[in-house]
Amino acid sequence: MANKLISEMRLPKSIANIFAARNITTAKDALSLTELELMKLLDVELSEVRSALALVSEIVCPPFQTALLLMEQRAATEHLGGHLPTRLKGLDAALCGGVPFGVVTELVGPAGTGKTQFCLKLSLLAALPAHYGGLDGGVIYIDVESTFTSRRMIEMGASSFPEIFHSKGMAQEMAGRILVLQPTSLSEFTESLEKIKVSLLQNQVKLLVIDSMEALVPGVHEQRAPGQHPLSWHISLITSLAEFSRIPIVVTNQVRPQSHDESCLYPFQVQKMDRILKDRTRYYSHIVAVLGFHWAHAVTIRLVLEAKSGQRFMNVEKSPTSPPLAFSFTINPSGISLLTDDGTEMVVPETCNLSSR
Amino acid sequence: MEVSKLPISATQRGKLISAGYTSLSSICSASSSDISRGTQTAWDMLQEEQESLARITTSCADLDNILGGGIGCREVTEIGGVPGIGKTQLGIQLAVNVQIPVEFGGLGGKAIYIDTEGSFMVERALQIAEACVEDMLEYNRFLRNDCQVKTQPKDILENIFYFRICSYTEQSAVINYLDKFVSEHKDVKVVIIDSIAFHFRHGFVDLALRTRVLSGIALKLMNLAKKFSLAVVLLNQVTTKYTEGSFQLCLALAMNVMHTLTSHLIFDQHQLHIQLLAEGSGIPHQEVKGSK
Repeated sequence: MANKLISEMRLPKSIANIFAARNITTAKDALSLTELELMKLLDVELSEVRSALALVSEIVCPPFQTALLLMEQRAATEHLGGHLPTRLKGLDAALCGGVPFGVVTELVGPAGTGKTQFCLKLSLLAALPAHYGGLDGGVIYIDVESTFTSRRMIEMGASSFPEIFHSKGMAQEMAGRILVLQPTSLSEFTESLEKIKVSLLQNQVKLLVIDSMEALVPGVHEQRAPGQHPLSWHISLITSLAEFSRIPIVVTNQVRPQSHDESCLYPFQVQKMDRILKDRTRYYSHIVAVLGFHWAHAVTIRLVLEAKSGQRFMNVEKSPTSPPLAFSFTINPSGISLLTDDGTEMVVPETCNLSSR
Repeated sequence: MEVSKLPISATQRGKLISAGYTSLSSICSASSSDISRGTQTAWDMLQEEQESLARITTSCADLDNILGGGIGCREVTEIGGVPGIGKTQLGIQLAVNVQIPVEFGGLGGKAIYIDTEGSFMVERALQIAEACVEDMLEYNRFLRNDCQVKTQPKDILENIFYFRICSYTEQSAVINYLDKFVSEHKDVKVVIIDSIAFHFRHGFVDLALRTRVLSGIALKLMNLAKKFSLAVVLLNQVTTKYTEGSFQLCLALAMNVMHTLTSHLIFDQHQLHIQLLAEGSGIPHQEVKGSK
């Protein structure tokens, strides 16, 4: 909509001509200037600029929907109201039915906590035929760290859905639906994203997994130039891909230890800093997700996987539908399974330990 | 003031100057002065404020206390915080709470929700709406009130107008269009913009222009709040700023919009830390995040 031509908007002829003469051809050109600047550029009255902008805005503005309509539409057209069930009862309940379509879900955790396992399982679930509760569609798996193993995935499938995977040819068909891309650099990744965009929008793909966003952009957490975030273009692309193709996007992210001198505080908290610094032991134990706030704002659901004293925990740290919950889980041949379906609610400081530069 | 600085188009300016009017005073003396038109005495303003003192409850008593009873109509409120702290939750909550009928002490209005990030969840809105209806029923039982709860959770959802915005052009457009939209839907009492800065943080090359466009938007919202006496709530992301050898949190593009705000909330990690007109006070975090 943003690039709609002003000449097609049926403005009064006189003003439309002035816009054209000043080379303001699209709505984007007109709306990225302030009213006064436009007035200066077009040399017309402020009131005329206002009325012209009002017309342009009305046409460019996307139509509204009521929340009720939105809900009914989703319930009618999408599988399970727009969710991919994870088959983990407690987690599904917390997320209102599973990994939601149309938003970015992030898995954060140190190496070896089961991020890739979870991704493999989700890919498998999305590829399953509809009558087994899957999405019956293709999966694009962007494997940056080369950790994807088909063998493990087939093993998961065979132990959790033996009836499908032991019938002839099915394993091949399931695995055939999962497309693995192994880009080696950010530019290559961007290129492949652009390419799959078309097939994404044609609704053949039901899940997009990016296994390790961080590996794509090494050095992001180093000192950066002010102004533009190096990832901001990709963040915007990924969120809009999720939105327009209405598929779930699952992204993994690594962690790094937080060192004390780069802690993040609001200006009004600085006096509290000294107190915190005395409490070193607690302070050093913090682990933060990489990629920073800008990225963290863009993900809708963030699951943190961690291992503590021999037990694995999955924390729902950011979710619009659930309070912060922690589930203990194990990894077994069929993938990930929760030890209990009831999550324990976490106390606040623990849940919000994501901080970064 | 010089004519050359007035907000009029170049041709008109040329005509004025060629006719010999170079300063504002020379024009004023020529025509009847209407400078005093559109002003109001402070007393009148107080009267008006008392009459239309409508506030939207946040469902959190402590937060309401700090805000003087809730998010005020005719005001622009900015709410910022780290990811996952509950900004969107508060936004959805306000969109539901604005619809509490007048009999129950609410506004009985409708809500506009402008979503720039895609983080609005209908499921969550339904949950909050259900809880809100339950609360009203309980209130009835508690007071042995006779007024019926006619509102259904579905009605509440129907009164939330949802705009999904995908670029800053669309954001400017929707804010321009709001004026017309609200005059067609008079009972809209709150406009929530879920992340005012999101699209402006990328895609703009000319940063000075970005600042000007953003302040233009902020002014328009301010006018909208005054004109239709509705509440405007801006949710904002935080970013980090390197000052004096350490990284500090600040609101994204804060400098641009901050000047036009009436109140200003920042959610902190360990406690809710609220800055309201430069006054700080802390309340527990759970109060808001708890599933009302």
